[in-house]
Amino acid sequence: MKVKFFAQIRELTGTASVEMAVPENATVEGVRQALMARGPSWQEALSVNVLCACNQTLCDGATTVSEQDEVAFFPPVTGG
Amino acid sequence: MFARVSEADFSQQALFDELCQHDKASQSGAVVTFTGRVRDYNANGAIDGIELEYYPGMTEAALQRLLDEATTRFNLANAGIVHRVGRLDNQAQIVWVGTCAAHRQDAFNGASYMMDMLKQSVPIWKKEWADGSPTWVAAKGTDSDAAMRWLTDDKDN
Repeated sequence: MKVKFFAQIRELTGTASVEMAVPENATVEGVRQALMARGPSWQEALSVNVLCACNQTLCDGATTVSEQDEVAFFPPVTGG
Repeated sequence: MFARVSEADFSQQALFDELCQHDKASQSGAVVTFTGRVRDYNANGAIDGIELEYYPGMTEAALQRLLDEATTRFNLANAGIVHRVGRLDNQAQIVWVGTCAAHRQDAFNGASYMMDMLKQSVPIWKKEWADGSPTWVAAKGTDSDAAMRWLTDDKDN
């Protein structure tokens, strides 16, 4: 599965996107927890103030995801 | 309708003309456009331009969804939205929205709705530069309040 990161989260993790394997019935929250286990910078980037999207639509942590999905994590938006 | 993300600057006249060329828009008695520009200050003092990041694909889709919602809600004959990304100097144009409607109140409300909701629901992130270093802008409570005004209206209707 492809996971993308934007803005502060991309900078704190030093990562714009990763490919990761996900178990069956995985959730977006499960993906976030797995990423936070990668180290302190990931923990800091993903612990608070994080929005998530699945296949480019905003979603919540309970959303289930599979290998074909594109998940993204980003901070609250500040455009306009 | 048109929803675009662009690094290039835009011409307000060209966008106005494009908005009004639409078949249905030619019957409209009201056209409202709004242009947002880069301020040269923030709460801490002077700034030296901004930088905008976006999510290719999702950002365009979210802008299109705003157009659809505004068109239905305010009975717009046509609507357009353009948002710039990348590095922008002070006073540069950032965002443009335009609406056509039979009467002015719908055109004003449609433009206002799109700007308020854009600040809540479209994946774009802003950095401000000052003294050579950038700082990410935090989401503002007043922007949430502005969007909530429309959502509260929904509940009342």
